[in-house]
Amino acid sequence: MLKKTVLNAAHRAMNARMVDFGGWDMPVNYGSQIEEHNAVRNNCGMFDVSHMCPVDVVGADCRVFLSRLVANDVAKLKVSGKALYAAMLNDAGGVIDDLIIYFLTDTRFRIVVNAGTAEKDLAWMQAKVAEWKLDVTITQRRDGANNLGIIAVQGPNARAKVWEVLPQSKAATEGLKAFFAAEVDQYFIASTGYTGEDGYEIMLPAGEAEALWNKLNAAGVAPCGLGARDTLRLEAGMNLYGQDMDETVSPLDAGLAWTVSLNTERDFVGKAALLANGQQKQFLGLILLDKGVLRGHQKVMTAQGDGEITSGSFSPTLQQSIALARLPLGVQIGDEVEVDIRGKALKAKVTKPVFARNGKAVI
Amino acid sequence: MSKVLANLKYAASHEWMLLNADGSVTVGITDHAQEALGDLVFVELPEVGAHFDAEKEIAVVESVKAAADVYAPISGTVTEVNQAAADAPESVNQDAYAAWLFKMTPDNVADLDKMLDAAAYQAVADAA
Repeated sequence: MLKKTVLNAAHRAMNARMVDFGGWDMPVNYGSQIEEHNAVRNNCGMFDVSHMCPVDVVGADCRVFLSRLVANDVAKLKVSGKALYAAMLNDAGGVIDDLIIYFLTDTRFRIVVNAGTAEKDLAWMQAKVAEWKLDVTITQRRDGANNLGIIAVQGPNARAKVWEVLPQSKAATEGLKAFFAAEVDQYFIASTGYTGEDGYEIMLPAGEAEALWNKLNAAGVAPCGLGARDTLRLEAGMNLYGQDMDETVSPLDAGLAWTVSLNTERDFVGKAALLANGQQKQFLGLILLDKGVLRGHQKVMTAQGDGEITSGSFSPTLQQSIALARLPLGVQIGDEVEVDIRGKALKAKVTKPVFARNGKAVI
Repeated sequence: MSKVLANLKYAASHEWMLLNADGSVTVGITDHAQEALGDLVFVELPEVGAHFDAEKEIAVVESVKAAADVYAPISGTVTEVNQAAADAPESVNQDAYAAWLFKMTPDNVADLDKMLDAAAYQAVADAA
């Protein structure tokens, strides 16, 4: 039995093509996936991401808890509303999940974790609270009473569209720089996203999500499925948990070194393993020079040895196939490498792992 | 709702076939298949002159979402490929029955009689 978000009926009413996405019945596209992608790059689109799980962390020991729980340092969160992208590691330094932590007060934080990892994440967090004997209460907000829906509105016109539909939110959100959140009545509005465009992610009581979804659509915001979400995040060079990293992969080998804070006294789960193992691989981009489409798990042949594509697809913005790949140390940006696609060695160029943001190619 | 044309034969693996006056068979993917795949961005065609047994991989269509094999619906030899479909994969989305992929000379034209008719394929597509 697939799980459904509160917007399931709305997707079906819009003739979405629904797929089993990690046990959730989710829209992959409504019409053309490429048009949905371009709507977000050039105008405005919206995504139902209510399958992701908000987790409220409340109590006197929030900061102690989070500083030990994740590889990024919550000491960076000094201003109320500020958000931090972080990896939660196991003792071996593998990534249990990547998540966003929003700082509200010193005794109240909100975390948003991935859909497919929510249960194990919650169990891990609860176990650490008990092990460390901290005054922290962990409450998931996806299922059951008081659950939240999440709608991501993304694109250069996203803010204007949200203010048109939720005028009461404008005063609190128009000054939000990237990676902040504001609470407006029952709405939690964050300037975060997974597309490489400006916009908001709006958490709200689940019962109100469908009305907001339909109002945004009436205001001209294009409904976009998980297909477009994937090509947008791939172009933006944003990691996807389960593909670009998992419990067997170090964040240092997954392009997430920028989220790992190793240079202070602070200890966190996985730190010793990261220090002992160091970086073993490089996380870089590829652009296919021959015709074809790069896909996850394809082998990459370089002068320094073999690597592997972790995510690949066709980039609507570049009109070429692009990929994120884990490659041997020593491979340089600009190198020409070969990718094994169905037994043929096709030529690709190594790039930095970001291809398009803010409506434009950056490569 | 995807289209199924009455004058064509079909394979359960979602290829359509048209028997031409010269005895060759034109092959493409069905409207149901293009709809399920979504926006196509790459088409890899077989080599002219190559022989394929029925149900062997003969071509590849890739959408933004996924790669899918196209199977030889019957045994035969490729006589012509539609380079226009490879140059503009989106043409298959626009009209899957106009944007054919390749033509083949069947080893045994009677094999065509064993393929699905429109009503039988419609049932396959509806169940998918």
